[in-house]
Amino acid sequence: MNNENVYRQIYANPRFQELVAKRGRFAWLLAIIMLVAYYAFILVIAFDPKLLGAPLSEGGIITWGIPAGLGLIFLSFILTGIYVQRANGEFDRITQEIINEAQK
Amino acid sequence: MISRFLTAAALMAASPMLLAGEALTGAVQKQPTNWTAIIMFVVFIVFTMGITKWAAKRNTSTADYYTAGGSITGFQNGLAIAGDYMSAASFLGISALVFTSGYDGLIYSIGFLVGWPLILFLMAERLRNLGKFTFSDVASYRLGQTPIRVLSACGSLVVVAFYLIAQMVGAGKLIQLLFGLDYMVAVILVGVLMVCYVMFGGMLATTWVQIIKAVLLLSGASFMAIMVLVSVNFDFSKLFADAVALHAKKEAIMAPGGLVSDPISAISLGMALMFGTAGLPHILMRFFTVSDAKEARKSVFYATGFIGYFYILTFIIGFGAILLVSTNAEFKDATGAIVGGTNMVAIHLAKAVGGNLFLGFISAVAFATILAVVAGLALAGASAVAHDLYACVIKQGKATEEQEMKVTKRTTLALGVLAIVLGIAFENQNIAFMVGLAFSVAASCNFPILFLSMYWKNLTTRGALIGGALGLATALLLTILSPTVWVDVLHFKEAIFPYKYPALFAMIASFAGLWFFSITDKSKSAAEERERFFPQFVRSQTGLGATGAVAH
Repeated sequence: MNNENVYRQIYANPRFQELVAKRGRFAWLLAIIMLVAYYAFILVIAFDPKLLGAPLSEGGIITWGIPAGLGLIFLSFILTGIYVQRANGEFDRITQEIINEAQK
Repeated sequence: MISRFLTAAALMAASPMLLAGEALTGAVQKQPTNWTAIIMFVVFIVFTMGITKWAAKRNTSTADYYTAGGSITGFQNGLAIAGDYMSAASFLGISALVFTSGYDGLIYSIGFLVGWPLILFLMAERLRNLGKFTFSDVASYRLGQTPIRVLSACGSLVVVAFYLIAQMVGAGKLIQLLFGLDYMVAVILVGVLMVCYVMFGGMLATTWVQIIKAVLLLSGASFMAIMVLVSVNFDFSKLFADAVALHAKKEAIMAPGGLVSDPISAISLGMALMFGTAGLPHILMRFFTVSDAKEARKSVFYATGFIGYFYILTFIIGFGAILLVSTNAEFKDATGAIVGGTNMVAIHLAKAVGGNLFLGFISAVAFATILAVVAGLALAGASAVAHDLYACVIKQGKATEEQEMKVTKRTTLALGVLAIVLGIAFENQNIAFMVGLAFSVAASCNFPILFLSMYWKNLTTRGALIGGALGLATALLLTILSPTVWVDVLHFKEAIFPYKYPALFAMIASFAGLWFFSITDKSKSAAEERERFFPQFVRSQTGLGATGAVAH
């Protein structure tokens, strides 16, 4: 198999360009959600720690910090799940089609 | 008092391993020999040596040796990655941090977790599609083989060396505490076992040791967390309310404390944790042990789940220790301090909820954890020397598999001896800075080269070399000038560089160098390297031409 030529051919395929753009947008979107959520959390802690120390309900013991922290852990897990779901399904299917097309 | 707490908290923040290093650097009190723990540990050794023997039979090529022939599934690899992350020090260190400062422990563990989604979104599949054995394969894919491999092998070895020393010293102290063994005996034992796993069993054995340990640790920690919740009838409000009532800091344990005090340090630490993870050689090599990009993605998903679950458990365990350990006279010495230091609270809690038998189990798991982590490090170091330096640089890719294997095994042996010697040499040194340094170097040398080589067409060998070296040098220099080394180790009065984490500055230096010396590179070879970006890009996106699983 002459990979070099196949690579060129795939690169020229508009479906490949479309796949790369779509997957790239999706990956960066999720990455930015994660980064914004994490750094927002850190900056709240650095500048206004009392916000997270406030109780959830008047006189209650559980503070806002607990759901915020656990929320970040769950967010990490959920976002990775969403990405894997789409990448291993839709994106991999398109990839396989592009490869098959190029190797005909 | 407050400023002292801030310093202590900031010191702790560099990493869980650092934490244990921090607390375990002083003289520890040798405990009476713990026979239950020793018997359980011997069972673990016998069982894992059996696996090593089985793995040794299957290791017929370098691909088997370095990557288990790509035969690991996404789920197994996820557990192994989680195992690399859940070191003994992070188990003991984070639960201790929750025990002393409450909520800060959660902030700290979140920093370690959030790097994983980013690795998945931006790197995992490209790494798997481009790489063969080491991350230098990816970094040097279209760049000058010799200089880039030498630089990234140096980056790997620096990271491995500092990480390994920190683990060895931590191991020696911990084993002294848990088993009542002599420091010297403990360090030699860890070194010898590490060499056995890696030299005979390669990646296959190293991965299975890591998986078994991860399952044992997760089960043990789950049991402890459940027992804590049973003691409060599964009522979280009661758990927190009782802890607040008992704890000296009262309500403060439910809110952020002094962990993140100034924004620059906070951001720098966040970057070291997030991008350092994406530059750790022993983590990156795990992406080559699965068959394809699909499995690589799955492994990050499972790893994120297990690591997140583990951090939630340590949070409950830390609060449980406030309820069940701090109130029990058995775990305190005459002055009212925790026996063995606060890093021991999870161990004491094990005894409180499960008696002597469970204490033995958790101690044995802690030891197994150290072993599994050092084995992974040794394998990463050995592959950097044998695959990158020997086979690809010295022999210019013409080494036979037998020659490469021979060098790998000798390197493993040498690393084992070195680890033992350094472990003994650093027994009474302040090693708190080492893991922080390893993360900073990974974030500012390995990661930028790797990332740009995959994402930026215009990167050239010259740019990568100068930028990477700048990142490495800045990280080393700023660490030496920072309070953790300049004041704490070298005992100067005031640090020249005021922040504890150099990652922010070293990463800027590295990326600036990579960018500037690449765009100004007008040489012929640079043009060829840019030209080679297209085939690399197609392969990284589609996996076409990637090394697949080896059939057995």
